[in-house]
Amino acid sequence: MNSSTTILITPKTQRRKFLLGGILIVVAILYLIASTTQSTSHYFYSVDELNARGTEAVGENVRISGAVLEKSIMYDPETLELRFTVAHVPGDQEEVDAQGGLASVLHTAVTDPNSSRLDVFHNGPLPDLLRNEAQAIMDGHLTEDGIFVADTLLLKCPTKYDDELPTQVSG
Amino acid sequence: MLADFGFTAICLALLCSTYAAVLSLAVARSPQHRWLASARNAAIAVWPLLTLACFCLTYMIINEHFELEYVSRVSSRAMPWYLKATALWGGQAGSLLFWSWLMSTYAALVMLRDWRHERDMQPYVIAATMATLAFFVGLNVLVENPFTKLWIDQFGQIRAGFLAPPGAQLFTPIDGQGLNPLLRHPGMIIHPPMLYLGFVGFVIPYSFAIAALAVGRNDSVWIRVSRRWTLVSWLFLSLGLLLGGRWAYDVLGWGGYWGWDPVEIAAFMPWLTSTAFLHSVMIQEKRGMFKRWNMILIILTYALVIFGTFLTRSGVLSSVHAFAQSAIGPLFFIFIGITFTISLILLFRGWERLQSENILNSWLSREGLFLLNNLLFMGILLSCFWGVIYPIISELTTGQKVTVGPPYYERTTGPQFAALLLLMGVAPIAAWRVTTARRLGRIIWKPTAFSLLSPLYGLANGVTNTVALLSIWLASLVFCVTLYEFYRGASVRRKSTGENLFKALWDLIARNRRRYGGYVIHLGVIFMAVGIIGIEMFQTETQGTIASGEQLKLGDYIMIYNDTVEFPTEDNRIITRATVSVYKDGEFVAELHPRRDFYVDSQQPMTIPGLYSTLESDFYVLLINWKPISKQGATFKIYLNPLVSWLWFGGFVFILGTLIAAWPDNNNPRSGQPKALPANRSARVA
Repeated sequence: MNSSTTILITPKTQRRKFLLGGILIVVAILYLIASTTQSTSHYFYSVDELNARGTEAVGENVRISGAVLEKSIMYDPETLELRFTVAHVPGDQEEVDAQGGLASVLHTAVTDPNSSRLDVFHNGPLPDLLRNEAQAIMDGHLTEDGIFVADTLLLKCPTKYDDELPTQVSG
Repeated sequence: MLADFGFTAICLALLCSTYAAVLSLAVARSPQHRWLASARNAAIAVWPLLTLACFCLTYMIINEHFELEYVSRVSSRAMPWYLKATALWGGQAGSLLFWSWLMSTYAALVMLRDWRHERDMQPYVIAATMATLAFFVGLNVLVENPFTKLWIDQFGQIRAGFLAPPGAQLFTPIDGQGLNPLLRHPGMIIHPPMLYLGFVGFVIPYSFAIAALAVGRNDSVWIRVSRRWTLVSWLFLSLGLLLGGRWAYDVLGWGGYWGWDPVEIAAFMPWLTSTAFLHSVMIQEKRGMFKRWNMILIILTYALVIFGTFLTRSGVLSSVHAFAQSAIGPLFFIFIGITFTISLILLFRGWERLQSENILNSWLSREGLFLLNNLLFMGILLSCFWGVIYPIISELTTGQKVTVGPPYYERTTGPQFAALLLLMGVAPIAAWRVTTARRLGRIIWKPTAFSLLSPLYGLANGVTNTVALLSIWLASLVFCVTLYEFYRGASVRRKSTGENLFKALWDLIARNRRRYGGYVIHLGVIFMAVGIIGIEMFQTETQGTIASGEQLKLGDYIMIYNDTVEFPTEDNRIITRATVSVYKDGEFVAELHPRRDFYVDSQQPMTIPGLYSTLESDFYVLLINWKPISKQGATFKIYLNPLVSWLWFGGFVFILGTLIAAWPDNNNPRSGQPKALPANRSARVA
């Protein structure tokens, strides 16, 4: 024993000291997790759901998924300002499956003139996969004039890597 | 034919592993039983069987047997042979088989060790490893058969199945689909095997832990015996994570190395628990404490390893990694549930027995600080786990889809990592039982004073971000303290032996490999931290469209666009390659070739950066696709990633340290035993 003070402390108070310290640390970590979850989480909406929320949605951190309309893509390579429009696709996987999978849902969304639309603004280089009927998944917020400002832009194209079976012709 | 052979081998492997698991449990109470030898032999036999199966599949991939569904999916004629060989783990069924094969390799090696001193534990080790293996091989046999063939029936319908559907004929596509282009990269060739070697290896220490619980041992034999297995698994897991990061940096073209993707996190979580485990077992070996906690940690690690395999394999989470989607998810879930429950039951049965032999005296002691270290690792684990499951929970309970992204992970884990870094400097020099602030201060005041130079240097160079300055100071503090430890050890040795300082340092490390190997790992972590601080806090970027001869400027760098060429390749890519010249402070430093590969078959583009790397910073340039790229105009995005080389350099140091710590001792094959004996003896007395 180096220190005389430790000898005097009984195991019970000793235990309490560690329990208290441990609990304090755990509470601090839990608080950190809870508060950060609150401030950083993005609600996942479809275009319809976002439109339904109206002005309430302005400024909220949200994640939007939609089908890209090729004709709407406008890009200024000098300023890297990218504008395009997405059409509503259902956010629910079951609904997507019921309508024949992602590729057909995206196709329907783009060709249906009555599907609801959302104008998107993004500052950055034009992504490789931004093309007709790609699924755009965007984190950002809605501005007051109804334009969605996307901070991040993730694109998915239904490729043949997702196919159930190979589709080559017989040899 | 070969396919039938391969499938038979898998079936036999399933039979052997099940037999070994059941039999070893049946004779577990009398480990001298002759049947145990049979169980052991069956466990070893799984390895050649699975080797055969892997060999068959690889052979069929290389020789373009596209009548196999798996082969036609993951390979194509245009792929070079070495890529074809790696297609073994390019898809779901194959990677499960590969997983099982690695597992069987570990298991066979464990079976071949000298069991004289741990005979009582052997049956349970066999049972735990073989039950795990049987589950994975079972998946291959029942759900994801890599030898499934393609059939065409009279209506021209193509179906997959191992046996021919009535009236159907074998169908051989002209060509396969080929491996996803993103996976055709050297980093991707070795990344999955490394990660898997890490994942799989933790089954061994877990099995020893379960065996210790089952036979009612309360000593640290299971830890000592499995220590090297743990270290090797940990090494591979770390290597796998590093390679994954490097791959992302080189191929994914977003200028980063880690994206907090759920699958990355899935691989990171067992690393967290195993790192905590590696630290806290030292306390058990030296002081006979934390026994229950170590059990919990290894059980968690095992569960997280299976969970990690499940996350990447089940398609529960959509991410860039989820190229495999199938119905095996629920089976994984059930398996994790069962093994976790059994482990916990065993643990609670032995709860009283695993009482600590000593009590914690003070927070300011080696044990106390190690406890803190473990709490922080668990905190980071919890932060990660919550980030992964919160979206699922939210959707299940409220129907509201929510996601959390990198900002969540950075903000929750950042402070905890910083605290860990500080502990890394202080805990190793704290004395056992109790230490005083004064004593600690005496050891660290010199390196601390010295470390203040780095934030001052930062300030002088115009860094004003407080968090950045603090992190830099923290990293250099720990660096100085750790180096000072080497110096202290060596100079004490020099005084006692009269060796010169270098010789003394060498002998010091050679004789205390575990301790100084650990310090080398710490140095590696500090270098990595420096790289991470650099890229996370000081990354700058610019972008623009320029014509040939024009320039873009970023920091001290100027990049001039020279030319582009476009050409097709033999493996059906169209490559657009730009040539740019990079000048630093007006002097020419490099010619770079950022390029875009367009895979015609899959219509998938890939952006490959041009990279000029120095210890100071990485100049990272991407060629962006907009309008036809030509001399008249090409769009570039440039990142300047300060200090990021230190991340990779730190990785090397880290691995070197792990090797030092794991290296077998010649004169003492069971290293660590003598030191741990006192604790052991007292365990028996108690």
